[in-house]
This record gives sequence, structure tokens and C-alpha cells, in this order.
Amino acid sequence: MAAEQGSVDPMHQFKIEPLFGTDHLSLFGHNIAFTNSSLWMLITTVAITVFVAGGMKRQLVPGRWQMAVESMTGFIDNLLAANVGPAGKKYVPYIFSLFMFILFANLLGLLPLALVGVHPFTFTSHFSVTGVLAILSFAIVLIVGFARHGLHFFSLFVPHGTPVWLLWLIPFIELISFLVRPFSLALRLFVAMMAGHVLLEVLSSFVITSANSGVLWGSVVGIPSFLLMIAICALEFLVAGIQAYVFALLTSLYLNDAENLH
Amino acid sequence: MDATAAKLIGAGLAAIGAGMAAIGVGNVFGSFLESALRNPGAADGQQGRLFIGFAAAELLGLLSFVVAMILIFVA
Repeated sequence: MAAEQGSVDPMHQFKIEPLFGTDHLSLFGHNIAFTNSSLWMLITTVAITVFVAGGMKRQLVPGRWQMAVESMTGFIDNLLAANVGPAGKKYVPYIFSLFMFILFANLLGLLPLALVGVHPFTFTSHFSVTGVLAILSFAIVLIVGFARHGLHFFSLFVPHGTPVWLLWLIPFIELISFLVRPFSLALRLFVAMMAGHVLLEVLSSFVITSANSGVLWGSVVGIPSFLLMIAICALEFLVAGIQAYVFALLTSLYLNDAENLH
Repeated sequence: MDATAAKLIGAGLAAIGAGMAAIGVGNVFGSFLESALRNPGAADGQQGRLFIGFAAAELLGLLSFVVAMILIFVA
């Protein structure tokens, strides 16, 4: 029973709570309470704004800060130039915002602020948030595709060199793979972030429970778990970067389909 | 069999999928490194494809994680 009390609920960290007494705030019958999720989105937005604004001095010889911001924009610029080509230039603002928003959200959610009593909330660990981002990307792909190519956009479902005797099957498979895109895009980010945070929480429950049950278990189970937690934290920083990059990369690939077809 | 026990066994079996995805991700990066060492000049140009392969392999492992989570917490 003592172990039961000491255990950590790994799902508690994902709980959305209304803040500042806005529980029953509603607009057109929908609850629009200001939650911890919204708070961390706001913090993320402010952090990005501060970061980018600090690099807007446009000096000929950039300082450190300007260099940091320029390397970020240059990174996204290269990504789009490599994957979409010259037509990708106009998507730099969107992909940059997307990348920075996800990257900052993932990194801010990993901050060990719980030590000072603030609980960081990783809103990218919620399917509703990543789902909206994915739908936004998918909608842009559809709008650009139909606006540029009209109904010719449907030739996306028949890749070049499809054998005639497979024409009954290939468009069907391509259609499904096309329609699954927003789900896979959203699911990947949400699950990767959630899995990492659950893993950290489970390991921390190992540490706490074993330390509570004596020196022997504390040293046999607790200390290795704690060392593993440190390593997993490092891995989580890597995953935070990679997932933001993969989201931006896949969005730019889908934009490439819309701009240039196959 | 007890329904809860069946759920937990199912969640454990779903972990096999996560392990398989680990093999897949390792394969992606291993093959990339192998060929990048053979032809370092061409390696940088293929980094995008490396991450596409990584994302595809990883997604399948994450799906098995989702299955496990659904079995434990939702079903």
C-alpha cells in the first residue's frame, strides 16, 4: 500500500486545467477557458517573438544573436530550396513558423521548471494541437494544389510510368496514402512527445518507489533508473529537434507534390 | 482469461512492435552511415531522404505504442 501512495501517475502531466478562473468562459456555446495548454502556447509564441526580434538588427556583420536567428531561417530556406525548388521560397514564413513553434514547444516542455514549482506543459503531446497543425499543412497543400493545377492535381494519384494493367489499383493506394498524411503527421509528433514524457515519468516512479523501500532497492533499482533518466533526457532533446525537423520536412515534401506534382 | 489480464498481455505484445521499429530505425541510420562513409561527398545531399526513412520507420513503432496506450488506458 505504501508503494501505491509513492507511485506517480504518468498521465497526470497531460491533464488540461483551466487557469485564472476562466473555467466557464464560453463563446457561441463552446468552452474557451484559458488552460495551461493555452498558457504554454502563449509562452512559446512570446519566446519565439523575442528570439526573432533580437536578431532583426540587420547588421552587415551579424552578432551572435543575429547569427543564431539567421542560421535558423537559412536552415528552413535550404530545406525548401532542396525539397521544393525555386517555388518553395514563398513557403519559408509558414514552414519557419511551424518549425520554430514545434521546436520551442518541445524544448520548453522539457525544461525542469518543476523544481521551482512551475509545471511545464508540452502542448505538442496532445493530438488536438498537432492535429490542427497537420490539418493546416494539409489544407495548404490542397489549396495550392488545386489553385495551381486545377483538376490536373488528381494526376498525383497516377505516378509516371504506372503500368496500364495496374491502373485499377495504384490510384486507390495513392489516394489512401495521400489521405493518411495528416494523421501520420499529427500522430508522429504527438506520440513521440507523449512517449518520451511518459517514459521519464515511469522511470521517476521507479526512482521514488525504490528509494522509499530502503537502501538496498534504492541502490539496485533507483540509481540505475536515475542514470537512465538522465540519458533519456538527452535523447528527448534530440527527439524534440528531430520531430520538429521531420514535421517541417514532410510538410515541405507535401508542398512539393502540390507545387510540382510528381 | 480475465479481460484486464488480456489487455495487459496485449499491451506487452504491442511492445514487440516498438522493438521491431527500433531495428528499422537502426537499419535506416546504419545503412546511411555505411554508404556515407563510402561516398562522403554525396552524403549531405541525402540527409532529407535519411530523415524521411527515419520518420516512416519510426511512425510504425509509435503506432504500436499507441496501441499499447489505448489498451492500458482507454479500452
